[in-house]
Amino acid sequence: MAIITRKKASKKPRAPFSQRTWSIGFFSLAVLIYIFYTYILPHTPDGFQSQIQTWFPPSALNEALVWVIAALGLNIVVGYAGLLDLGFVAFWAIGGYTAGWFMSGFFNQWNFHFGSESAKVIPGIHLSFWLVLVIGALICAFFGIVIGAPTLRLKSDYLAIVTLGFGEIIPQIFVNGENIHGFNLSNGTKGISPVDSIGIFGKRLGPFDLNYKYMIFVAMAAFMVFISLRLRSGRLGRAWLAIREDELAASMMGVPLMKTKLAAYAVGAISGGLAGVAYATHVNGIFAERFQFSISIILLAMVVLGGMGNVWGVMVGALLIAWVNSTGLPAFGNEINSTFNTNINFPSYTFLIFGALLILMMLFRREGILPESRLKLLMHENDDESGNEQPHDEISEEEDL
Amino acid sequence: MALDSAPVLEAKNISVEFGGLKAVDDVSFAIPDRSVVSLIGPNGAGKTTFFNVLTGLYKPTSGFVTYDNEDITGLVPHKIAERGVARTFQNIRLFGLMTAEENVMVAMHSHLKAGIIGTIVGTPKQRSEEREARAEAQALLNFVGIGKTAKEFARNLSYGDQRRLEVARALALRPKVLLLDEPTAGMNPQESAVFVDFVYKVRDEKNIAILLIEHDMSVVMKVSERITVLDRGTKIAEGSPAEIKSNPRVIEAYLGKSAEVH
Repeated sequence: MAIITRKKASKKPRAPFSQRTWSIGFFSLAVLIYIFYTYILPHTPDGFQSQIQTWFPPSALNEALVWVIAALGLNIVVGYAGLLDLGFVAFWAIGGYTAGWFMSGFFNQWNFHFGSESAKVIPGIHLSFWLVLVIGALICAFFGIVIGAPTLRLKSDYLAIVTLGFGEIIPQIFVNGENIHGFNLSNGTKGISPVDSIGIFGKRLGPFDLNYKYMIFVAMAAFMVFISLRLRSGRLGRAWLAIREDELAASMMGVPLMKTKLAAYAVGAISGGLAGVAYATHVNGIFAERFQFSISIILLAMVVLGGMGNVWGVMVGALLIAWVNSTGLPAFGNEINSTFNTNINFPSYTFLIFGALLILMMLFRREGILPESRLKLLMHENDDESGNEQPHDEISEEEDL
Repeated sequence: MALDSAPVLEAKNISVEFGGLKAVDDVSFAIPDRSVVSLIGPNGAGKTTFFNVLTGLYKPTSGFVTYDNEDITGLVPHKIAERGVARTFQNIRLFGLMTAEENVMVAMHSHLKAGIIGTIVGTPKQRSEEREARAEAQALLNFVGIGKTAKEFARNLSYGDQRRLEVARALALRPKVLLLDEPTAGMNPQESAVFVDFVYKVRDEKNIAILLIEHDMSVVMKVSERITVLDRGTKIAEGSPAEIKSNPRVIEAYLGKSAEVH
């Protein structure tokens, strides 16, 4: 029998900054940005103001925050539990339509107001934004469980295909949901617009009250971060990670696989729903053709690029990619075009650039921008100890007979 | 001796077929409470298959398994684990990117009660439960002798420590029976000798029964109170180490028929 003596230089799992430092940093930055846009920007010279409007418009910031909320949810499914989900856009769409149904004049055959700041004479269902958030989250959690229950028994590759199908079916239902046995569910491609403004402390925010919305979205993102971190450190988070590491061993240690995976799905779906409701209020309407497959992929890229499993990494990844998509690339393109007198349509190359970026990341920094410390360890283990064989590979496995 | 006590885990007339192939054929086997028993046999004898039936990974084609006089045949693995059947793996299956402490705490999953809401809110109950679980994990790590590694990733531990961590993790289920699948694989003779004492320490201090699958005959003979021999899916012998050593069928199974001729 081989004599194996093996001592590895022990690497202590220690993040460069603690969660507390990150949380404080996040809040300070959020408040600073708010102060900047609300109080400082209006008093700056016009040239500077227009630069900011070109490169960092407040609406792009708000949209990026919506992406952050959704990406944090996907991080629970993909980053924590290790379940590949290619159809996350479905939850976003369901959340969006929840807002469309419950806070607009769309269902004008009914007239029901509750907690909403909109005028009582307008027909339709008008609920408070906060209540709709809860409803959207609950509906998405329900759909997360419904889609998860039959599919989570599948192995990861098959699961990815099924979620892909789910992500295609739900938006298609909304695109074609104009006439379901005479019932208009989604208004088809025309979409539902406008959506009620957010009411806060008896005040009605107009569609251009971006600063208020910014604070609300920040609070929602913070809520998701909080949930992620709390769950991660507890009983459920450990079970998620165990499943990600070794599903069979986890079940042998008394972790119920289905229940635990479903919980990840449901919590992830909740954040998709929150993002959907937020998105509806952000664009002041809900339009079926926006919920494309690419949204699922972009969200996945945010999680992977940012650093799977680390909420702060995912947040940075989401902000960065959302900004590049919405503002960075077009603004950069205009700059190039006006400098070199060219006429290149940069935004049309989004996915080309995006793809190249992803390939580069995977080549040089597989673990993401801000990786979870444990993932970094995995990715770089072979770099410095390429000569050190894993001992358990040496032991021949007895066939399962 | 512990062999007289009532069986804690008992398999009756277990058969497992894969397609037409009988991997295990009508094997009955009991693990008396607080005993140390072994299952041996040449490669492909059906030991691991039998093990997998006990832990719920495979459903037997016929026969049944009882635990504490309760039928547990065909229950899903986590239900069986929850009741108190713990195991380690032949090729170590730790959660490599989790710390030693987290590894042990995963196995406490079924004992902990915190739900989603309780965890998010961080109720006093949840917090004290976590504290106790952490203390229990540390105690278990100390028990198996790797208390200092609590905050290290499992994959960074030395091979012997990984084996110990697997035992600590299994014990976190608070089992009545512990199944060890080739626990000394990859150990040198000195480590194996230490391991024999360790098995008795676990048995005596945790008051549990232990079943080993083992290749290393010197370990098996030293540690077992009773040995069962499987060959090609059937039970060919059962008895004390001395009886097994002199059993002609066992010798034949291990060395082949020609061994007798020479």
